[in-house]
Amino acid sequence: MRVEEMRLDGNAAAGALREIFAHDMTTALVTCAGCARASPMGVLMNYGGPMGVILRCPHCDTVMLRIVSTPGGRYMDASGSSVMLIPERPT
Amino acid sequence: MTAELPAATASRLDWHVASVTDVRRETARTCSIVLDVPQWPGHRAGQHVDVRLVADDGYQAQRSYSIASPPEDASLVLTVERIDDGEVSPYLCDVLQAHDGLELRGPIGGYFVWDIAEGGPLLLVAGGSGVVPLAAMLRHRAHAAASVRASVPAHLLYSARTWDDIIYRDDLEQLAKFSDVTVAFTITREAPSDWRGYRRRIDRAMLEEIGWPPSATPRAYVCGPTPLVESVATLLVEIGHDPARVRTERFGPTG
Amino acid sequence: MAGNPFIARGFHSRRPAAPPGRLPPGQYETRDFPVLSAGPTPRTPLAAWDFTIRDSEGHSVRWSWDDLRALPRETPTADIHCVTKWSKFDTKWEGVSVDTLLAAARSAGVASNPFVLAVSDGGYTTNLPLADVTDGKAWIAFGYGGEPLAPEHGGPARLLVPHLYFWKSAKWIRGLRLLPDDQPGFWEQLGYHNYGDPWREQRYQGDP
Repeated sequence: MRVEEMRLDGNAAAGALREIFAHDMTTALVTCAGCARASPMGVLMNYGGPMGVILRCPHCDTVMLRIVSTPGGRYMDASGSSVMLIPERPT
Repeated sequence: MTAELPAATASRLDWHVASVTDVRRETARTCSIVLDVPQWPGHRAGQHVDVRLVADDGYQAQRSYSIASPPEDASLVLTVERIDDGEVSPYLCDVLQAHDGLELRGPIGGYFVWDIAEGGPLLLVAGGSGVVPLAAMLRHRAHAAASVRASVPAHLLYSARTWDDIIYRDDLEQLAKFSDVTVAFTITREAPSDWRGYRRRIDRAMLEEIGWPPSATPRAYVCGPTPLVESVATLLVEIGHDPARVRTERFGPTG
Repeated sequence: MAGNPFIARGFHSRRPAAPPGRLPPGQYETRDFPVLSAGPTPRTPLAAWDFTIRDSEGHSVRWSWDDLRALPRETPTADIHCVTKWSKFDTKWEGVSVDTLLAAARSAGVASNPFVLAVSDGGYTTNLPLADVTDGKAWIAFGYGGEPLAPEHGGPARLLVPHLYFWKSAKWIRGLRLLPDDQPGFWEQLGYHNYGDPWREQRYQGDP
């Protein structure tokens, strides 16, 4: 199967995100450090499958967030996200 | 109020052992697991849970499954697509039975959710087991008073491979009859000889017939395999729907 | 996790059915070829594709697609082991030995360094000791099972280093950087093991 047919979205990362953040992050508005466009976390392209969460910008494919859970702890790289807005009330 | 939030959110991340009260077959490839979850914090239609299986040698496997039941129901129902060479879904459909425990955490996810207070009209588009969170939305809507429902009309377009692969077929027909949902099926492989409905993949013409015109500003929820979701979302935007009102959730075959 | 885990009645880990000694610890055999990717499939046309070996001083040597295809080819058969626990036996590849490319690079004045960073289309990277891509242990593969390597498996060309976990066999490879210091790659930065020997089950940082 082609890679593009297997990618999921940020909704599938909700559990991994909730292991780190105190809020549901799928409604968070995240700005891409590559193209400066903002998207809800739930619509980011989710690659990486069983190796980890790799969330990419739906507009320019920049890697916005990476999370890997290991026995020693959780690794997170958010260097591809410039700003995250966690809404007070999810809509 | 804010002081209570951390405790409430933290508790949702913990693993709980739910009691299985029933495992029932929905179609040849899907089953539903009925659960009694102690201290269930409540959920919103469209959310999912994580399920974790631990073997006696410590081996673990974890998967996400959408919640099929509406927030109003006392039991929590998950519907699982059985992947033949998978390791979690065959266990859930073939081995798990009433009186077993099942470890889960949730509810999880806040983007692909709908509450009747958000209004409509509601356009739901499903492919395969992607109907599960959308059925939770329709069941939630059915709990509302008829006068409220009337202000939130709902249409479901559901693509399945065969007539027998349609999950919740009887239940969807009941919802159509008693809660004013327009339900349309399209069958992409083998249709019954007397089938008069659609028999092709979802296309623009179908979405224009079943969906609302963009002027009605419907809220669209699209869930299913990735190629279907991406194609339908693109078509809805081409038709003129506001991309911000088209929410998508991609389902992958996770065994 | 505090306390005892809840054991799921009747749930078992996949049992290895493979010949003894052939499966590294924790692996199971699959006949499929699962696809795993950290990003979308790159779409570089072959006319624009090239492969470059570069040292830290900026000396480099470059092959076009036709240059690479004109080099002596080998057809290794190998067992491959993915860190997500599947192993696949007797996979058949066609490609150019990394030894061949490094020899050409050396004679073109590219300095030899103890570490390699493999660089792919789409930004993927992975790091290896130079010693693990030399002496017949690694290839730039462009054929699989007698066919051109399919894009989902890393075509037009991927690194093949079968003695390490398969994330080290970078898909869509475009070059090797020869570095004096080790530089963690895409997964290695995120807690995956820096070396990744399947026989020592080096999945994550901290594994022996």
